[in-house]
Amino acid sequence: MFKHLALAAAVSAVFSLQASAAGTQLTVYTALEAEQLKTYKQAFEKANPDIEIKWVRDSTGIITAKLLAEKDRPQADAVWGLAASSLAVLDQHGMLEAYAPKDLGKISANYRDAANPPAWVGMDVWAATICFNTIEAEKQGLSKPVSWQDLTKPEYKGKIVMPNPASSGTGFLDVSAWLQTFGEPQGWAYMDALHQNIGQYVHSGSKPCKLAAAGEFPIGISFEYPAVQLKRQGAPLDIVLPKEGLGWEIEATAVIKGTPKADAAKRLADFSASPAAMALYKENFAVLAAPGIAKPQTELPADYEQRLIKNDFAWASKHRDEILAEWRKRYDGKSEKVAQQ
Amino acid sequence: MSLPLNPVKAASRHGVALGDRLFVVGGKWLLLMLLVLAVLMPLLAIFWRGFSGDAGQGGGLAAARALFASENFHWLLGNSLAVALTVAAIVIPLAYLFAYALQRTLIPAKGLWRGISLLPLLAPSMLPAIALVYLFGNQGLLRGLLSDNIYGFWGIVLGEAIYTFPHALMILLSALSLADARLFDAASSMGAGPWRAFSSITWPATRQAVFAAFCLVFTLTITDFGVPVVVGGDYQVLALEAYKAVVGQQQFGRGALICLVLLVPALLSFAVDAWLRRRQGEAMSGRAQVFEPKPSRRRDACFLAIVLVVCAVLLLVIGMAVYSSLVTFWPYNLSLSLKHYLFEDTAGGGWLAYRNSVTMAIGTALIGSVVIFCGAYLMEKTQSQRLLNQSLRLLSFIPMAVPGLVLGLGYVFFFNLNGNPLHVLYGSMGLLVICTIAHYLTTAQMTATTALRQLDGEFEAAALSLKAPLYRHFLRVTVPICLPALLDIIRYLFVSAMTTVSAAIFLYSPDTILAAVAVLNMDDAGNVGGAAAMSTLILLTSASASLLLAAASRGLLRRSQAWRQRAAAA
Repeated sequence: MFKHLALAAAVSAVFSLQASAAGTQLTVYTALEAEQLKTYKQAFEKANPDIEIKWVRDSTGIITAKLLAEKDRPQADAVWGLAASSLAVLDQHGMLEAYAPKDLGKISANYRDAANPPAWVGMDVWAATICFNTIEAEKQGLSKPVSWQDLTKPEYKGKIVMPNPASSGTGFLDVSAWLQTFGEPQGWAYMDALHQNIGQYVHSGSKPCKLAAAGEFPIGISFEYPAVQLKRQGAPLDIVLPKEGLGWEIEATAVIKGTPKADAAKRLADFSASPAAMALYKENFAVLAAPGIAKPQTELPADYEQRLIKNDFAWASKHRDEILAEWRKRYDGKSEKVAQQ
Repeated sequence: MSLPLNPVKAASRHGVALGDRLFVVGGKWLLLMLLVLAVLMPLLAIFWRGFSGDAGQGGGLAAARALFASENFHWLLGNSLAVALTVAAIVIPLAYLFAYALQRTLIPAKGLWRGISLLPLLAPSMLPAIALVYLFGNQGLLRGLLSDNIYGFWGIVLGEAIYTFPHALMILLSALSLADARLFDAASSMGAGPWRAFSSITWPATRQAVFAAFCLVFTLTITDFGVPVVVGGDYQVLALEAYKAVVGQQQFGRGALICLVLLVPALLSFAVDAWLRRRQGEAMSGRAQVFEPKPSRRRDACFLAIVLVVCAVLLLVIGMAVYSSLVTFWPYNLSLSLKHYLFEDTAGGGWLAYRNSVTMAIGTALIGSVVIFCGAYLMEKTQSQRLLNQSLRLLSFIPMAVPGLVLGLGYVFFFNLNGNPLHVLYGSMGLLVICTIAHYLTTAQMTATTALRQLDGEFEAAALSLKAPLYRHFLRVTVPICLPALLDIIRYLFVSAMTTVSAAIFLYSPDTILAAVAVLNMDDAGNVGGAAAMSTLILLTSASASLLLAAASRGLLRRSQAWRQRAAAA
């Protein structure tokens, strides 16, 4: 039975040997979409040949949970591509090393941490989107919604999916945006009406759009990245940007406090804010942290950035627990739909 | 163990006793140490985090009281119980009939049915869930058969039933595999009909396994979040609540509290199991003759029908999943292609993940089966160190009740603790192997225990009176007799390691990403086709490994299991 431990030790020894053979290995935690990883890594390593990126990629929730769980002895050296709201939580726990990257001056003031030097610096922006399946709409005789208010029309009863704000950052972004745009009482009244039409609340932000793309439910409240990707793959989707304005979130980069590879991690932060990196981000996102570089995406309108609401992140993160508790009280527990089953 | 021994050969007895003490006591202490490190400490770490009063952690006892008193919690608990009881009520009778058909009737092609019935074990639990959506979702092929879509209570029940069926079947197959033909001969010569024989011989000998299977299905269902996440719709259960707390809101404390509730069924089953053990006599004596079913057309036809229906359902679900991995773009472009198998732009480099999974599965199967079988033997066949036996039993019951997500998080907390010398394991393949063995310990151990309990204690007595050391008896007699069960355990650990996601998701490092994690990542990224393709690959690998093991076991059986043939037949 000593084999048990002996093998474990041997295997880990092999891995640590491998690790010391190369140059500096930087462990980077990320929630970037998998298909972006390869290009980003290649570009960074080309500019910094002595550093090698080791990705740990997972969904936003898992990566954030992992970082927090490892708080006492962080394994990550840097985070490249995680929601700013998650990084704000890590910052509250004192896990981030404030650092001003070389090109910080080129970054818009609202797309970086307000502190100086900032705990995190933005890369690009993603925003709420409605994915609307045209084939199913025709089959079921549904008109195309153009606003958030349209989604409360009786014709959409049971046809809409949205992420549960208690399990998905995108879901919370929607809820907080509605409360900010409509005002609190009206925001809740809106969600009461919307709730009547919701087919189900799911647990990931991109899933509603996938479900819409597959026609499982004709309308999905999601964000624009999966919508654009699925449309390019041939999904019969219309991307609807509701006219009241879009809730949004920043994808950002940060250095983990106490990492023994702080220099390499800071060079990563430098790269992430540089024009060269922005040139990579613009292939995937229509709004970038550094203004003047982005190109409009064919699937999105040219005035996309103007449609973003004025998002008060401090307010949202401060009231997150109350908002979620209220949401659960209204729609989670004994909602009608559940009671019937 | 208190047999009168011949005092003349005291010296050699002393040598035997020393070897045995080393084998028995040393083995048990080693096992205890491993269980404490791999099961208890990670759990304590997470509960400690959960109950600590710090802001942003658990919130302490006040938070616990608030949670347990809330209406929402009672509602979730009710839902979880309803689902778990329904699943058990469906799965246990079906699995019993299925196992009975395979072990006690003369239906044709038993190997085929057995293979099909174990298919759900071979793929990640997401595979049947994806298939159910493709079958009965709003766009499903068979959507017309249902009045409402699959999402909700019945979706979860169906998904969990498919997921837990092979687990229950493994235990029941093992329980029904051994029977003493002399009892049945006696029953029939006394004029007892088949029903009477069943209720007075078969049922008493297997009811403990039925109970064990019930507990396993119940706790697997109540702790699983994979199926509810995909087909649950708005029907909420406790395990999902723990998942939402940890992944959605990073509230480790709330997650830990809910897990505390989920531990209750396992602790209860431990108590009842201990009680049943005292009542149950040992079924298989050393003089037993192997039971051979007598031909009966009607009985075989009925059982064949049941087996066919179950296999058809399982094949439909698995087949649908494999089909979906080949479809170009569901449901609008149904032309077939292999493009999902290229894994070009997927997380962790698809094929690296696949190779890692195979490595980990082999490690888990080999190391795990040795540790678990030895452990089960020591617990079952030695009466000394009562307290030690009880603690070992309790510790090996716990993993069944712990959601993998929580176990994984506990591993992070414990092995990543400042000053823990075991930190060297963190992120390594070794830790993944340990965690996977710990996670699947209970079922494997139950299979070993069920097989061992059917062996009469007089084997050990015979060994003792021959003054053969216990370890030699263990290697020469017990292991060969239990070889089928041992191979089952190896296969179970291999396929579980291939398919596990929930615990591993917190433990992999860039070099040790696993195939099943890649499945989850691809599904998350919207690449359902790729997810189905990787699942199919896992399924094929597990199936090949199972077939290899089956071939190996047939060869070995022929050599070591001659005693199973009736002497008259030779």
